[in-house]
Amino acid sequence: RGLLRRSISHSFLSFASVTGACQAIQKLTRVRVVDNSALGNTSYHRPPKCIHVYNKTGVGKVGDTILLAIKGEKKKALIVGHKMPGPTMTPRFDSNNVVLIEDNGNPIGTRIKTPIPYILRQKEGKFSKVLAIARNFV
Amino acid sequence: RVGGDGKPEKFQPPPKPVIIDRQKQRTERRFLSPEFIPPRGRTDPLKYYMERKDMIQRRKVFNIPEFYVGSVLAVTTADPYANNKANRFVGICIQRGGRGLGATFVLRNVIEDQGVEICYELYSPRIQAIEVLKLEKRLDDNLMYLRDALPEYSTFDVDMKPVSRLDHEEVPVNKLQVRMKPKPWSKRWERPKFNIKGIKFELPESKMKEAQKWSQPWLEFDMLREYDTSKIEEKIWKEVNEELKK
Repeated sequence: RGLLRRSISHSFLSFASVTGACQAIQKLTRVRVVDNSALGNTSYHRPPKCIHVYNKTGVGKVGDTILLAIKGEKKKALIVGHKMPGPTMTPRFDSNNVVLIEDNGNPIGTRIKTPIPYILRQKEGKFSKVLAIARNFV
Repeated sequence: RVGGDGKPEKFQPPPKPVIIDRQKQRTERRFLSPEFIPPRGRTDPLKYYMERKDMIQRRKVFNIPEFYVGSVLAVTTADPYANNKANRFVGICIQRGGRGLGATFVLRNVIEDQGVEICYELYSPRIQAIEVLKLEKRLDDNLMYLRDALPEYSTFDVDMKPVSRLDHEEVPVNKLQVRMKPKPWSKRWERPKFNIKGIKFELPESKMKEAQKWSQPWLEFDMLREYDTSKIEEKIWKEVNEELKK
């Protein structure tokens, strides 16, 4: 699942350089959905990509909502971890993690196994339901 | 007891045990934390002197144990958003950076198949406890290549018990050679600029030879890059010990 980049070499663009997963999440970053929703876990020939970041700057960090293109549909998602190093004492993950969300902030999945940073608890009001389904915190 | 004469033998006391005090025999093992040594540059040494005073003040109040890159640590920090307000993270130290009060160390662990790294500041007041679970050194000073190694080399049990060791023993060097995931890696670790000894390269000979093209054999003889820290270390060691005893 983390080896998306290897699979791209099978296409006709095998000579082109594939960028390493970019640091923070912006338009066209491939992300990894970490909840157990059907939409996030069924395989598709294209990885889920970010198409918009709901932010003044186009760069999404932990706690920002983004618009994702999954399986030919548009879905909102919440960023729960990225590869870019943030402020000290905050965790840095090895993949860009994202949780699928409805427009009102309700998560689509029912369980999140991967660790979530404690910083998200700051936005208790909006994402309390996402925090409720999370199992591990870092 | 009755001897051959029929008379009781004179009491022979048992031989005295010979206590060899190895602690005094071995030379005193000295460890000066790398963040005390000032970097090579043109800044006023007064800045580093003032920082050292603050660092020693902090060390008097809070115990920062001796650890190296490659040892497994457990750090508890104060976190307003965690339950019990405290947050415990266990991981292997992959890098120690920064000098003075801004000294940092990065801990890495793999939790639920997800690699997590946290960069902690050694002298931050938010840190409540640093516990060394396993004290050991590795073949390299920088274990950033663990990001591209198989996840089994970065997984450590969160409820690991501290490994007991005797005080005066030498710090063990773990000569583990790590196996990597298939290429591409985040950095080209086979290149001589990284000088990594702790990876078991399973690359073909042609690739290893090609990597040697980027070697710079003149660098070790460059006199302008020399930075001999032995005398500075001696002075700082004396200064730090005197202050700590007060």
